[in-house]
Amino acid sequence: MSNATKRPSNRPSALMKAARPAIHTLIESNPDNEKVDKFLKGRSVPIVEGPSVTFVWRGEADGVNLRHWIYGLETSTALTRIPNTDLWYLTLDIPHGSRVEYKFEIRRGDRVEWIEDPLNPNRARDPFGANSALHGDGYEVPDWVHPDSFARPGHLEPFGFYSKAFGGKRTGKLYLPARFRKTRQYPLLVVHDGSDYLNYAVMKTVLDNLIERLEIPDMIVAFTDSPDRLREYAADERHARFLTEELLPDLTNRLPLLDRPQARCLMGASFGAVAAFSTACRYPGTWGRLLLQSGSFAFSDIGKSNRRGPLFDNIVKFVNKYREDPKPISERIFMSCGVYESLIYENRSLVPLLDSTGMQVKFVEARDGHNWENWRDRLREGLSWLFPGPLMFIYE
Amino acid sequence: MIAGDARAVVLLGAQRFNPTLGQAVAELGVQGKIATITAGWQEREEEDEDLHRHLDGRTVNLRLHARAEEIFRKDPKFHAAHRKRQAILRHRQDFYRIRLEHALDAQYVIQNRAAPSDILEDEARASIQAIREIDRMHLERCRRDWQEFDARYRPAERPVIAEHRAEIAEIVKDCDAIAIAGGHVASLLNRLRLFGIAELARDKYVFAWCAGAMAVSERVVLFHHSPPQGQGAEEVLDEGLGLAGNVVVLPQPEFRLRLDDHERIQVMVRRFAPAVCLAMPARSRVTWLKHGPKDSHGVIALRDDGSNERFQVAEAGGLHS
Repeated sequence: MSNATKRPSNRPSALMKAARPAIHTLIESNPDNEKVDKFLKGRSVPIVEGPSVTFVWRGEADGVNLRHWIYGLETSTALTRIPNTDLWYLTLDIPHGSRVEYKFEIRRGDRVEWIEDPLNPNRARDPFGANSALHGDGYEVPDWVHPDSFARPGHLEPFGFYSKAFGGKRTGKLYLPARFRKTRQYPLLVVHDGSDYLNYAVMKTVLDNLIERLEIPDMIVAFTDSPDRLREYAADERHARFLTEELLPDLTNRLPLLDRPQARCLMGASFGAVAAFSTACRYPGTWGRLLLQSGSFAFSDIGKSNRRGPLFDNIVKFVNKYREDPKPISERIFMSCGVYESLIYENRSLVPLLDSTGMQVKFVEARDGHNWENWRDRLREGLSWLFPGPLMFIYE
Repeated sequence: MIAGDARAVVLLGAQRFNPTLGQAVAELGVQGKIATITAGWQEREEEDEDLHRHLDGRTVNLRLHARAEEIFRKDPKFHAAHRKRQAILRHRQDFYRIRLEHALDAQYVIQNRAAPSDILEDEARASIQAIREIDRMHLERCRRDWQEFDARYRPAERPVIAEHRAEIAEIVKDCDAIAIAGGHVASLLNRLRLFGIAELARDKYVFAWCAGAMAVSERVVLFHHSPPQGQGAEEVLDEGLGLAGNVVVLPQPEFRLRLDDHERIQVMVRRFAPAVCLAMPARSRVTWLKHGPKDSHGVIALRDDGSNERFQVAEAGGLHS
């Protein structure tokens, strides 16, 4: 049974009519650059006034656009220059609790460049570089993503072996909890795009903190990587075989793992979520826990192709087949997706289907996009639901 | 008051950083050996070097966790019975939780209804009474399960258990004090009961912190006000050893209690009255004597209007009115 879809909450401030943005008072004062200096002094940028958010950029240019990845809004929106100043601005209504990644597109003659917002210190890194991050009204960076000096640090160690399924070496990193003992048995979490989760979703810090807080149990985590993720993660049979018939036995042989499906979890984001889900489908009953973030679960209601292009062809085929005959493949599935990403449609569509099979499903939506900090921010809720920690029983 | 015959029971906050146990031991003039119980740490039970050093090398670890494991190996019938009883207790806890959460929900709804104040006050009392009754029924069921288990399997008379009990009694006889560390409170409580530690505490000083302090009180209350899932309703787990009476011990309030949530604190205090609810942050401690508490340092008493204050005790022991 579904544990009810959890949607972002609308607190009163989100529903209130936006107050008049401060930038309008500035404009009415016929400002010069000196007035702009005073106006910006001490203000956080972008200027968040309840649901009203004003993006600003200063400088000489022929045009400035806001580039963002909010599905449902124009991907490029022009900022307006205030006459007699070098200040460009754009005011948008951004719902409560939102987090939005963006860049500015600066046009000077024929030359166009994308830059991070120089006035906003909030950055979100990803494998392609970094974006500026707007923290909308009501959004707070969770405290459990910061290193905690009280939290005992776990250990990361490299692993690697030859995969017959792929005909090549596969490598990754193993996380062992701080007080790891060979005499104790642990649940296993296998993470797709492991290096990215470590680098951009600070997952080692998150694990250290959640374990320290007893919100999840001590666990062993295998951070895996793929040299060709767009192919191998796209419901590729070899990948399922690699995880279940090679990686799992290898880890079971050398680590004290609990030998039951409820103690085995696959997780991933985007294509990584497809890889996790399709592996569980190919080996039903083996992986009793799934954590799927912004899964690229593309499907078609008619025809065999999908608007997303040929990279998704194999996924469409796989998801269409599952939709025709949904079966229970795991026991508990935690899904999350940002409402500002186009995949929200596919993810929302999958929830009732999974639910109908009798699996326990929890689906959480966030006012965020297809990015690593969105996936980071959902880790506490997902991991603690899949693996409840002993916090009610341990007092030390 | 103290239900058992210990000389004094010292309840302490967490000892992981800047421990205060040594100071408490010195102030009570304990000079001899100290029997330590770290069974709450489970398989890490013997990693007690820091504790041993902190008490100047005077400790003897009773190894209750390891002894229990040995008993389970050597007496498989008892082990099977133990597992069965634990499964029963887990069911009890689950069903108790269902009743409790509904009663707490009802209390919350009633509390927030608009009605004349005299009716609301009367209904609030009825809500608390209903919750107390659920707690009482749960404790009664747990007690009955324990009694049935003890009557049927007679743990103290089973040779392997009797042997360990005798060894432990011999060790404790040579000690002036027993120090009980925190950890997994259910597991710890189990081992304390299995080896009859309450009886061995007679004429000894008892020092207990975190789960240890909870286990030596009359009633063990599980709590966490900000869990990652759900509301985190306080749950009665079971009866404790009863060495410290009329107190509900709430360790690690720094991150487990929301002291600013007055409505919630108020319900908790009224629910467990007349026992006093004591939040015990790190470095706090209080000594429980037969005629009442003494030497309170940094302990926070929760009040029945939902506020809190420094826990004050009379000079000679006893509560200030």
